[in-house]
Amino acid sequence: MEDIHRQAFRDEAADLLAELETALLELEDAPQDSGLVNRIFRAMHTLKGSGAMFGFDDIAQFTHEVETVFDKVRDGLLPVTRPLLDLTFQAKDHVRLLFEHDGGDITAYIASGATILEGFRALAGEGEASGAEHGAPAAPAPAQEAERERMFRIRFKPRPGIYSTGNNPEYFLEDIKALGSAKVFAHFEDVPPLRELDPQSCHIWWDILLATTSSESAVRDVFMFVEDECDLSVTPVEAACEEKVPMLGEILVERGDISPEQIERAVAGQRRLGSILAESGVVPAKSVEAALAEQSIARDRQDARKSAPEAASSLRVSTDKLDRLQDLVGELVIVQAQIKQAAALLGNEAVVNLAEELERLSDDIRDSTLSIRMLPIGSTFSTYRRLVRDLCSSLGKEIDLVTTGEDTELDKTVLDRLADALIHLLRNSIDHGIELPAEREAAGKPRKGTIRLQAEHSGGDVVIEVIDDGKGIDPAKVRAKALERGLITEHTELSQQKTLELIFLPGFSTAEAVSNVSGRGVGMDVVKGVVESLRGNITLSSEQGRGSSVTVRLPLTLAIIDGLQVRVGDQGYVLPLELVEECVELDKQNLEVCTRKRIVNLRGQVVPYISLREWFCFPGPVPAIEQVVILGMNGQRVGLVVDHVVGEHQTVIKSLGPVFRKLDGFSGATIQGDGSMSLILDVKRIVNMALEQAGRESER
Amino acid sequence: MKTIMTVDDSASVRQMVAFTLKNAGYSVIEASDGKDALTKLGAKIDMVITDLNMPNMDGISLIKALRALPACKFIPIVMLTTESQAGRKQEGKDAGATGWIVKPFKPEQLLSVVQKVLR
Repeated sequence: MEDIHRQAFRDEAADLLAELETALLELEDAPQDSGLVNRIFRAMHTLKGSGAMFGFDDIAQFTHEVETVFDKVRDGLLPVTRPLLDLTFQAKDHVRLLFEHDGGDITAYIASGATILEGFRALAGEGEASGAEHGAPAAPAPAQEAERERMFRIRFKPRPGIYSTGNNPEYFLEDIKALGSAKVFAHFEDVPPLRELDPQSCHIWWDILLATTSSESAVRDVFMFVEDECDLSVTPVEAACEEKVPMLGEILVERGDISPEQIERAVAGQRRLGSILAESGVVPAKSVEAALAEQSIARDRQDARKSAPEAASSLRVSTDKLDRLQDLVGELVIVQAQIKQAAALLGNEAVVNLAEELERLSDDIRDSTLSIRMLPIGSTFSTYRRLVRDLCSSLGKEIDLVTTGEDTELDKTVLDRLADALIHLLRNSIDHGIELPAEREAAGKPRKGTIRLQAEHSGGDVVIEVIDDGKGIDPAKVRAKALERGLITEHTELSQQKTLELIFLPGFSTAEAVSNVSGRGVGMDVVKGVVESLRGNITLSSEQGRGSSVTVRLPLTLAIIDGLQVRVGDQGYVLPLELVEECVELDKQNLEVCTRKRIVNLRGQVVPYISLREWFCFPGPVPAIEQVVILGMNGQRVGLVVDHVVGEHQTVIKSLGPVFRKLDGFSGATIQGDGSMSLILDVKRIVNMALEQAGRESER
Repeated sequence: MKTIMTVDDSASVRQMVAFTLKNAGYSVIEASDGKDALTKLGAKIDMVITDLNMPNMDGISLIKALRALPACKFIPIVMLTTESQAGRKQEGKDAGATGWIVKPFKPEQLLSVVQKVLR
């Protein structure tokens, strides 16, 4: 405690001692005056209480015993006698000495103090027993609980008058929630109809399930002030669910909501116990709900315990080994498909059954192999934090990096190849997006900018966004820059969105001056290239003055695609299913009309198409019926004419050998169930090539 | 800002309580006993911390008097007690006290009780 408080107390103690002396002298003349006894008691009491508070422990200890004696005098258990008064005068003098010699050597006083106290004890005599009771140590605190989470079932039923003591039940619920994760069920059953309602009374009570690392006494302490103003039960439920998940009925009986006999009667029906009980009014619906929640938590915890050992240990494996494993699994899946086909041809039931069994197994092996390669994207986030910090200090900017979705999982290969692209996006936001603190303040924004880096699963994809609250992209500047670079001409008319997308073109840079941050030869075109090589896409949106956001959408893994298998002549191809909108038969009549323009009429809408037969220069007659696969790409529709659509299935991608790697328009190969090979078409590339070709033709 | 009234006949305890509360951002009104407290009720008070043993009007009587006032009917009233005052503690609760702080106490203990009952 600060010295000013000690000094204040010292001054006060002098007053108290003077008051004590006056009262003692008066008491000598009027031993029956209980008012005087009270004054003496109060003075002693304050000396003791405040003494301890301000660090005068010796005084507190000494006066405690004197106070105890005067408590008895006050209660009429001890008479005021001359020996008592004598001793009290001595005690008062002793306290004064203790104050005056505070900090000095007080050994001499300890003996005299002990003598005085002995005198008091002798006087108190028979009071010994009750004194011992006072001094009885509190029950030993329960041994420190291990940092293990336990579950408590708490029933908190405040008396209606709880508000009149200035307590608010809501606070207790808040305090309980602060201890861990809690599920709170409010019971409204006892709330009277409106016209009988007393708003100053509490009619609601609560069942709470709390999972916490705190001890039971810590949980009870929350309700310390209202122990007498409520019915409270705190029951650990750990023991009950150690062995097995308890039945709903068992929980209700244990909670005292219902008797076993009532359960027996209710179970006579066939429906779920909970709804039967609630409907028949044996138990309030809330009680059933609370018990059901407990059951489900118990079940979750049991499941968690079962799976905990596997989760606990991990192993480092080189990616080479995983790549090899993945290759092998790819082969296995292919062989499995062949066996399945062969078995169907053989028609032997036993073999068909075995083939099905093999399919189930190989599917599981494939899924778990792929899942091994999955890493949470958050593992790369920490390096970005560092990047933001370093760039901020070199550019004099203030930026918060907020990340969400750290546990979103992504194939390790995707993650590795994505890292540089993400760094570039963040750099862009820091360098070009977020303004300097002073500029931000002038624009009425907080000094500190915010960049959000968030990842989430969306269907079969992962969506990663980099969002900043900076100045946004100025379409006019983008246009000017594109003109300067010769990427567009004066007459090119572009929508705002299309203008923004110019920055994805090779050779484009929005930086007005090349700083040491950007201008390293990595542009948005490279980022776009990386994302597309990962079979993803990238979109950009921006609002001037408000900030911009870049959205990258990627497939979960590179190893497998959902493919649509098609045939042209005797050759099979696979198209990425995500781009396929529908398949229709090619209407020969429409084809003949439009054959030169290569346009198909789809329910009144004209859709340009590419014939794969023409594209690959297949010899031989065109089949009587051809099919068109309608693809949706960047909001536009394009048809791909094939001989026959076989169907959709998951395809394990095998990369093409080095000889074929330079071939445009193929993203890989796969082996079909019959052992034949199919090429996986990079349809975006093919469409782009076709557009370029058409462009050249029209120029000629 | 929340206003807390501290009622104690010990100037040093009042000083310590007031000092602690002001440091924690509360505004504090000091009163030396129950009677003094009742005369200083002019402004809106959000909470009262009162000693029990006081001249003129003791803590229990003060709690009862406060609870009878509409403005103070539901505010938290915390009493300062000592270990040896188990009986008084119950009297206080019966009179409508919200909770208690056992003397001697440290500033942080005082604050944790205040935060428990005043939000």
